[in-house]
Amino acid sequence: MYDVVIVGVGVVGCAIARELSRYSLKLCVLEKNEDVCTGTSKANSAIVHAGFDALPGSRKARFNVEGSRMMEELSHTLDFSYRRSGALVLCFDEADRVHLQELYDRGVANGVEGLEILEKEALRAMEPAVTQEAVAALYAPSSGIVCPFGLTVALAENACENGAEFRMNCQVRSLRRAGDHFVLVTDQGELESRAVINAAGVYGDVLHNEICEDKLRIVPRKGEYCLLDRKDGTLVDHTIFQLPGKLGKGILVTPTVHGNLLLGPTAMDLEDREGTNTTAAGLSDAISKAQRSIPHLPMRDVITSFAGLRAHIADGDGDFVMQQSAPGFYEAIGIESPGLTAAPAIGAYMAQLAASGLGLVKKEHFTQTRKGIVNPRELSFEERQALVQTNPAYGHIICRCEQISEGEILDAIRRPLGARSLDGVKRRVRAGMGRCQGGFCAPKVMELLSRELGEPMTELTKSGGASSLVVGLTKEEL
Amino acid sequence: MERYDIVIVGGGPAGLAAAIAAKRAGAERLLILERDNELGGILNQCIHNGFGLHTFGEELTGPEYAARYIRQVRELEIPCWLNTMVLDISPDRVLTVTSRDGGLRQIAARAIILAMGCRERPRGALNIPGYRPAGIYSAGTAQRLVNMEGYMPGREVVILGSGDIGLIMARRMSLEGAHVKVVAEVLPYSGGLKRNISQCLDDFGIPLKLSHTVVDIDGKERLRGVTLAEVDKNRRPIPGTEEYIPCDTLLLSVGLLPENELSASAGVALDSVTGGPVVTESLLTSVPGVFACGNVLHVHDLVDYVSEEAARAGENAAAYVLHGEQPENAAVCLVGKNGVRYTVPQLLDVRHMPEQLTVRFRVGQPYRDVTLCVWFNETCFRRIRKRVMAPGEMEQFVLRRTDLPADLHTITFTVEEDAK
Repeated sequence: MYDVVIVGVGVVGCAIARELSRYSLKLCVLEKNEDVCTGTSKANSAIVHAGFDALPGSRKARFNVEGSRMMEELSHTLDFSYRRSGALVLCFDEADRVHLQELYDRGVANGVEGLEILEKEALRAMEPAVTQEAVAALYAPSSGIVCPFGLTVALAENACENGAEFRMNCQVRSLRRAGDHFVLVTDQGELESRAVINAAGVYGDVLHNEICEDKLRIVPRKGEYCLLDRKDGTLVDHTIFQLPGKLGKGILVTPTVHGNLLLGPTAMDLEDREGTNTTAAGLSDAISKAQRSIPHLPMRDVITSFAGLRAHIADGDGDFVMQQSAPGFYEAIGIESPGLTAAPAIGAYMAQLAASGLGLVKKEHFTQTRKGIVNPRELSFEERQALVQTNPAYGHIICRCEQISEGEILDAIRRPLGARSLDGVKRRVRAGMGRCQGGFCAPKVMELLSRELGEPMTELTKSGGASSLVVGLTKEEL
Repeated sequence: MERYDIVIVGGGPAGLAAAIAAKRAGAERLLILERDNELGGILNQCIHNGFGLHTFGEELTGPEYAARYIRQVRELEIPCWLNTMVLDISPDRVLTVTSRDGGLRQIAARAIILAMGCRERPRGALNIPGYRPAGIYSAGTAQRLVNMEGYMPGREVVILGSGDIGLIMARRMSLEGAHVKVVAEVLPYSGGLKRNISQCLDDFGIPLKLSHTVVDIDGKERLRGVTLAEVDKNRRPIPGTEEYIPCDTLLLSVGLLPENELSASAGVALDSVTGGPVVTESLLTSVPGVFACGNVLHVHDLVDYVSEEAARAGENAAAYVLHGEQPENAAVCLVGKNGVRYTVPQLLDVRHMPEQLTVRFRVGQPYRDVTLCVWFNETCFRRIRKRVMAPGEMEQFVLRRTDLPADLHTITFTVEEDAK
């Protein structure tokens, strides 16, 4: 019998797990996929929003601003990439100034610090690549960029270190109440728990509807993106938004913490909860709208495109759902944008809610910090030299585009909750995330995975399940 | 800091030929840096034959061709550091390198020969819509998996792009028992060598669909199929022509890109058409003492030409370190126009030019029965009838020093089509 089972190891589930692991309890986290951070958390804008978008008084506004304030310190405590890069919201039309002012007022009401409305000259001085068309902009210095994989993996690893049990490839098939506890029927058998926390992302409604009378429906809202080569990462310094529309914050152009340039997302409501395919129309829409902000986008430098799904609750009030929906059944669902930003604050809130409901007490020893995978490129020459001397695997480069060493990849595989697939390695250390997209390093990373996991190459996957990378040996069927 | 006279970055066909020629020309203190665990570069995975017809007058496989050069490198006792990655090259020719055994270190070079080769354009660069399942490989990656690692990437194969590696892999996968359903090419002609289309597709009954591309990728975990569509002359898919083809593997052979990130870090000026450095007749880049050759300079069709070009880079680098820097005055520009996409070299200093200089170039589209014109300034110097010219095949023209006029400032290469 667990005290708490969390369903979903996206950024929200992991944040809740980490906060709950401060308490003395038997905690289990379930994930239907093979790794943490494989759903909404892996495919988004990777922005730490300042908090001027959400309506004052909403949970989105409160947890956005709280999360944004927590992020910098958390990035040091848990060792993931984050940069307070600032954001600009472009206004293309004098007639829209009133909307820019609205955003500013909303931001002030939400407690966002340092907001300023910039006129054209100041804007262009700050971002010369921005279109001449922009007449003014809202400047939000507290906006930032983060590595969403780094954040999620860090939260998970820290929770794991503090005693949380993680079960991957463990989909919840059904959930029912049995007296004073719950029974979860999963891919790995039946589990019992005193409480369940629903952090199942785009599947949040499925779990909700198993327990609650008021039925919910989540509409996966697809966003498509293009990622450009690192040589273009300095085209803009800030995250460049456009004045928001009805379906979201519109198309942004932003540097990433890894030095790439990212543009997107579109917004398209879907039926399919796994509908992460890009479309010709979506990509061309994203590109043409991004070009409105930055006219000279070097689109020949695109290295990949991808799509992510936002967990949007249909017919709701548009706000996050964060509550005890039934006795012992807690939910953090409908966590669409600014969910990544809000996640640390959502984690703290939900953990507190569940802990007080269950009467949990804090542990004596909680390991606050977590050390990430060493990034030799961030070291000085002498430090890096010393690292390679101590551990020669850091001197052996596997991924040439991103200059990722064998040492980093081995650490990614060997640490608790380590990578089990090509994508798992990619998300943790960026091998295969560069301009050749794994063309050169994929076979080499596969060899390392095979050796470390003791699995034949034919068992290895790109991302778990049936995503086999090779189907057999040559000459086998001749 | 360790010091070398000439550091050759890359131990593939270009780096090997350059090192051998430099040594034979009298240079000492050479060093080849190779990131892989053996010399030979991409030739090691090219186990098909067809290499060396021009150089050795016989048909060799890739590894055999490489072995002939590797043997010379050994005989000449040219030092090689294997498993060694160059992380950075500074404009004053300091290389930062790393390896498991040698650790992280810096070495200084009086001359550098860039011979890093090229990489394949990935799926992402094409923005092909659809899912991102397993089973999508660039043709060269698949070639490595099959020929070097001994694994089958899949069994039901569609190939997008008719570049040479794609054609070679169509045959290879067929020989390994896979079913290659179709090769689709977005252009109305193939970018590969004629002989490869005949030997790798026609001989195996594999259809080549010109003016077709992949417009959707199906399969959430492993590839399940692709949708092909015909494209119009602007390469836009024509609605209504879509055809779904079940397959578990999609190989991409959609272009090679010279790998010049290190060149850029050294401050080398790049040609936006070739993607490689701008070079003079000596294969000297814009940075003093830095030379370039092989596929890092421009993508070649035959390795024989890589070797020949690289040898010249090696000789010139040797001359550079033996005789000191010659005052360069590359006053003559070479340009391609009217169908000629580029030339290599792009610059010429007539005083440093050998008696004969081979200029290489490619055309931008296939031509039949046309005239290739070579212009000295505004005057047409030579008109050459060409029955066929194709983008997949490199063209060349040999300039003789004695033909060049004194007031020469521009040499232009053009294609003239007959008046209809």
